Amino acid sequence: MIQTIDFFPPIVDDPYEFGQIAAANSISDVYAMGGEPKTALNLLCVAESMSKDVIRAILAGGADKAMEAGVIIAGGHSIEDPEPKYGMAVTGYAHPDQVRTNSGAKEGDLIILTKALGSGILTTALGADLLDKETEKLVIKTMAHLNKYAAEAMQTLSPSACTDVTGFGLLGHLAEMATGSDLSATVISQNVPLLNHAIAFAKDGIIPGGAYRNRDFLKDSIEISNEAKREIVDILFDPQTSGGLLIAISEKDADTLLKRLEGAGESGVVIGQFKQRSSHAVYVK
Amino acid sequence: MSQVDTRGLSCPEPVILTKQALEQGTLPVSVLVSDMTPLENIRRYAENNGYKVEEKAIADEWELTITK
Repeated sequence: MIQTIDFFPPIVDDPYEFGQIAAANSISDVYAMGGEPKTALNLLCVAESMSKDVIRAILAGGADKAMEAGVIIAGGHSIEDPEPKYGMAVTGYAHPDQVRTNSGAKEGDLIILTKALGSGILTTALGADLLDKETEKLVIKTMAHLNKYAAEAMQTLSPSACTDVTGFGLLGHLAEMATGSDLSATVISQNVPLLNHAIAFAKDGIIPGGAYRNRDFLKDSIEISNEAKREIVDILFDPQTSGGLLIAISEKDADTLLKRLEGAGESGVVIGQFKQRSSHAVYVK
Repeated sequence: MSQVDTRGLSCPEPVILTKQALEQGTLPVSVLVSDMTPLENIRRYAENNGYKVEEKAIADEWELTITK
């Protein structure tokens, strides 16, 4: 049995979309661990100023995402709070032999990422009304997208490690995977998929504080080469909401996984490789 | 010389205020900053848009002088 919980304040204006994103984010951990989500409990913090319609829309967004995931919402709890928040406690199941952790990567494994990065930067821009409608739609769609389909593509391939990219940013989660597996990871920064306009906003300094906190926290674990561009490195530290799966898989199985991801209409890009452990957990080139 | 006081403000407001001051064109622009995040973000905005940034730490705060 796998249990996971997450909730956070609104990062987009539309309450229905916020509900979808919060639910996709809460359910994601079960997929990362190789499980199938089954039931969920809603967690809702309601501000006095919120209308019934807004509350209904948040819960409807969550319910629709849960339905897509095949998850039954069995109940929940709400409290009053000046800052609204929503999320879920999710329960799923996995066969003990199929449970994936973030620490089983093997030397030579390729590193595959299934969603483009930059949601922290773009939602910061959105909060300041700097985002065009098209980019806003793209980032919301990306965050609300379930990791279910990417997880299904991995079935029968037994990747050696998997996690989802969230608040610690790509490099934080990768450093954790490398250290837990007693290996070092090399990331080719130019190959990492980025959401449209994330680079432009990073160059203009529209970067959330969490990205700098991640960088400072990881400074002894990560070596960044001079060839890596600063604006891309900033995005590699950007905290993600409902980010993609970060998968370590043998070279032999990686091709099959990439083909399956493509066939399912999912994004899947090789961003680096695990090597023998050296002084740093991650090397960014 | 114009001055922008961003102390106590959270991002991205300090960057936006700095951008507005730079666009008015009276250089140098002096920016007071009280936190690491706006310090880094203003540096990025200015350097990527062709300005030079000089940084002076004053107690727990910073003064950035931005020139061409």
